[in-house]
Amino acid sequence: MTHIEVTVNGEKRSAEVEPRLLLVHYLRDHLGLRAANVGCDTTSCGACTVLLDGKSVKSCTVLAVQASGHEVTTTEGLSADGELHPVQAAFRQHHGLQCGFCTPGMVMAAVGLLAEIPHPTEAQVREGLEGNLCRCTGYHNIVQAVLAAASEVTA
Amino acid sequence: MSILGTRVLRTEDPKFLTTGGVYTEDVADDRLEGACHVFFVRSPLAHARISSIDVSAARQAPGVIGVYTGADLADLAPIPPSAAGLINTEMQQRLLAVDKARFVGEAVAAVVTEHPYQGEDATELVTVDYDPLPAVLGFDPADDSLLFEAAGTNVAGYWGDPSKLDAQLFDGCEVVVKQTIVNQRVAPAPMETRAAAAVWGDDGRLTTWIPNQGAQGTKADMAKLLGIDESLVRVITPDVGGAFGAKFGADPEHAVVAWIARRLGRPARWTETRYENLIAMTHGRAQQHTVTIGGSRDGNVQAYRLEIVQDAGAYPKIGAVLPMLTILMTSGPYDIPKAEAVAKVVVTNTTPIGAYRGAGRPEATAALERAIDLFAAEIGADPADVRRKNLLAPFTEPHRTAFGALYDSGDYVAALDKALTTAGYADLRSQQAQRRASGDVRQLGIGVASYVEITGMGDGEGTPPEENATVEVHPDGTATILTGTSPHGQGHATAWAMIASEELGIPVEKFTLKWGDTDLIPEGGGTGGSRSLQQGGAAVQQAARELLDVARLRAAAELEANAADLVFDKGRSAFNVAGDPDASVPLTQLAENERLLIRTVFSQPGATFPFGTHVAVVEVDTETGKTTLLRVITVDDAGTVLNPLLAEGQRHGGIGQGAAQAFLEEVVYDDAGNPLTASLADYPFVSATEVPSFELASMATPTSYNPLGAKGIGEAGSIGSTPAVQNAVVDAVAHLGVRHIDLPVTSRRVWQALQAVQPGSEQ
Repeated sequence: MTHIEVTVNGEKRSAEVEPRLLLVHYLRDHLGLRAANVGCDTTSCGACTVLLDGKSVKSCTVLAVQASGHEVTTTEGLSADGELHPVQAAFRQHHGLQCGFCTPGMVMAAVGLLAEIPHPTEAQVREGLEGNLCRCTGYHNIVQAVLAAASEVTA
Repeated sequence: MSILGTRVLRTEDPKFLTTGGVYTEDVADDRLEGACHVFFVRSPLAHARISSIDVSAARQAPGVIGVYTGADLADLAPIPPSAAGLINTEMQQRLLAVDKARFVGEAVAAVVTEHPYQGEDATELVTVDYDPLPAVLGFDPADDSLLFEAAGTNVAGYWGDPSKLDAQLFDGCEVVVKQTIVNQRVAPAPMETRAAAAVWGDDGRLTTWIPNQGAQGTKADMAKLLGIDESLVRVITPDVGGAFGAKFGADPEHAVVAWIARRLGRPARWTETRYENLIAMTHGRAQQHTVTIGGSRDGNVQAYRLEIVQDAGAYPKIGAVLPMLTILMTSGPYDIPKAEAVAKVVVTNTTPIGAYRGAGRPEATAALERAIDLFAAEIGADPADVRRKNLLAPFTEPHRTAFGALYDSGDYVAALDKALTTAGYADLRSQQAQRRASGDVRQLGIGVASYVEITGMGDGEGTPPEENATVEVHPDGTATILTGTSPHGQGHATAWAMIASEELGIPVEKFTLKWGDTDLIPEGGGTGGSRSLQQGGAAVQQAARELLDVARLRAAAELEANAADLVFDKGRSAFNVAGDPDASVPLTQLAENERLLIRTVFSQPGATFPFGTHVAVVEVDTETGKTTLLRVITVDDAGTVLNPLLAEGQRHGGIGQGAAQAFLEEVVYDDAGNPLTASLADYPFVSATEVPSFELASMATPTSYNPLGAKGIGEAGSIGSTPAVQNAVVDAVAHLGVRHIDLPVTSRRVWQALQAVQPGSEQ
């Protein structure tokens, strides 16, 4: 067992974990933060995407021990005081989610994308979300939501 | 102003966007405290005799509680095939394979551990001794290697009689074109894989959480699989992360998890990996079509024949029934004087076939729309003109086809013309002509596909399609709706609340929707076949209206007035005496003394038939075969639209999946039956970079079959887009001599087709 200390959604957490424990399982099974989902076993689908020190990562491909000493943000910690984050609000406004399974990962990938490219073109949004799969929306409304969120953040 | 027809945002969303949905793996329930975890050992061979299974090493592994094989499940009867009257009844499946494994991924044993990671390790220690047998693959399997020896054949059955095809069908046709077309096998691949949680109560009843499309059907399946009475099963439906037809009913694994929970006397859980999902959840499509189309040189289609081979996979499940729907929709939106169709169903050493978005109807449309284009190309006519010439004239009285389908209402030419106008069809054709004339490396292709589909059909046994709903108004001003439908992304919580709100004047956000718990809602048809709004939504409207009838009588008593003199004030959600707004009683008050609750069943005269036209525009690099999907323009007429936001979302999703089938996705096996697309790294699941934003035009021809005027919209997108994109790719290279390219029209296939027609190329 290895001792880890991780700041999750602004809160300092520590635990003794197996070195092979995945970050996504640490979040889901140890901390009860179950928004991030596991949708594949090849780092292909992005349903588990969270922010690690502000950058989007697939938490199924990060070991919990690698996150020690770092900051993790999940959709649970994205909004404050019951207000949706502009990206979350844009997903609702533009019906960018249906079954919701890819949604927490998609939202975090979008937040990470807009941190890197605040004013993306449609092509940049599509390129930026290529690693996040959705079976319900055909991506149309997800792309609309991210573009709208980008202009919202500007305004 | 009516709330119906407006873009109401989903009330479901805030949860999904913050703490996330509660899917089966997320369910935290006291009854599941201390659950063990189930892992399946799956056959690595497509076809093999199982001579022995040694579980002793696995039993010794850390955390292992039990290891079970088919021999342990001897008390559970095998699963008979679907459509038992037509399909060979020897083709039965054991819940865990006994004696033989028939596809890569078939469950052979189950390992139960304290922790999920331990199960993943311990399954590696189960030693199965397999004697390989020749794999049976393809649409024309020989009978020298049999999946089911007792059946004596790999043909599971027929829909229609191939010996009765009309030898004179094409007599009198100036032009006859014939083509064999593959409608390839694809993976439904919902983002949430299959899962289960199961626990038995002291009363001997099973409670099981399963991601499904209709808890009541899942309950019936579970009872059958476990050989127990339905009253002993309670199915609870958590949030469901997509289904697309593949989560109807219950699968063998769901029953094995319940059996293990009973055997061990403790709760059990299972979540399959994506690898398992891609090889063991049912696949979709997998039909081969031989189309023959005949007509006059001036473009009148006079005869059409569709000969189907359905690869049902290793066990004849819903896949064996799909050709029935394909045959029903053979002639599509066209007025074809003579048409006929037959189907043969075969079994192969591959994953069983089930329903996948459209389930049998996209196959009919894909075959017909390729046939129309082949015919148009043969006579040198514009494919849009040929469609316009042969589409049925507009009708408002139901139209019966030669295949027995009763189309409720339609205006197919209007849909075609609207799609062409929106696309700027004439302009696209002139751009195409310019590129062809200049010999541009990147050629433009324009594909058109018109369709009509069947939605909300009944059980096919004469019972009209129906659904139930319960509406209750509570004293605190909130309201609850119970529905027999089963949303998994469609937005029923919002949509059903809109319908009830319109009647009762209670704000949408005050409603709670409940579904998918069979103790709470014992009856229901679930969500599939694009049935939910037209039947489930209509039931909610009917329940709300009946609730007002009851409330009116109570209000009359309360106000000591004549019921006929009362008017319902929606703004205040209250009854008052006409002309005297002060003599008023709100629904909330009426709910105080006695529960204000109505359950009702809405029955629809028959299925409804949405229709439309899709236009796809592609660019094909003639040197590499690379295809870029530039535009998809659609008209999808599904009657009156309740919430455009939701309806458009359904269309987008369908278009995305249909386009993906057209040029990307395919489940591939090698010659030994090994799946080559068993991960999302290998299966070309469509991503955001491969599709454009879609252009939707509106058209709404109401149905008279329900008071909402609504037809189904869930599958339309996937029905029109596949042939539109396929036709577009063929169209892009047609002037170079290419006549047909099979699905999926990948870069490699396009390149090969171009090589084959180039002078001096290797044939």
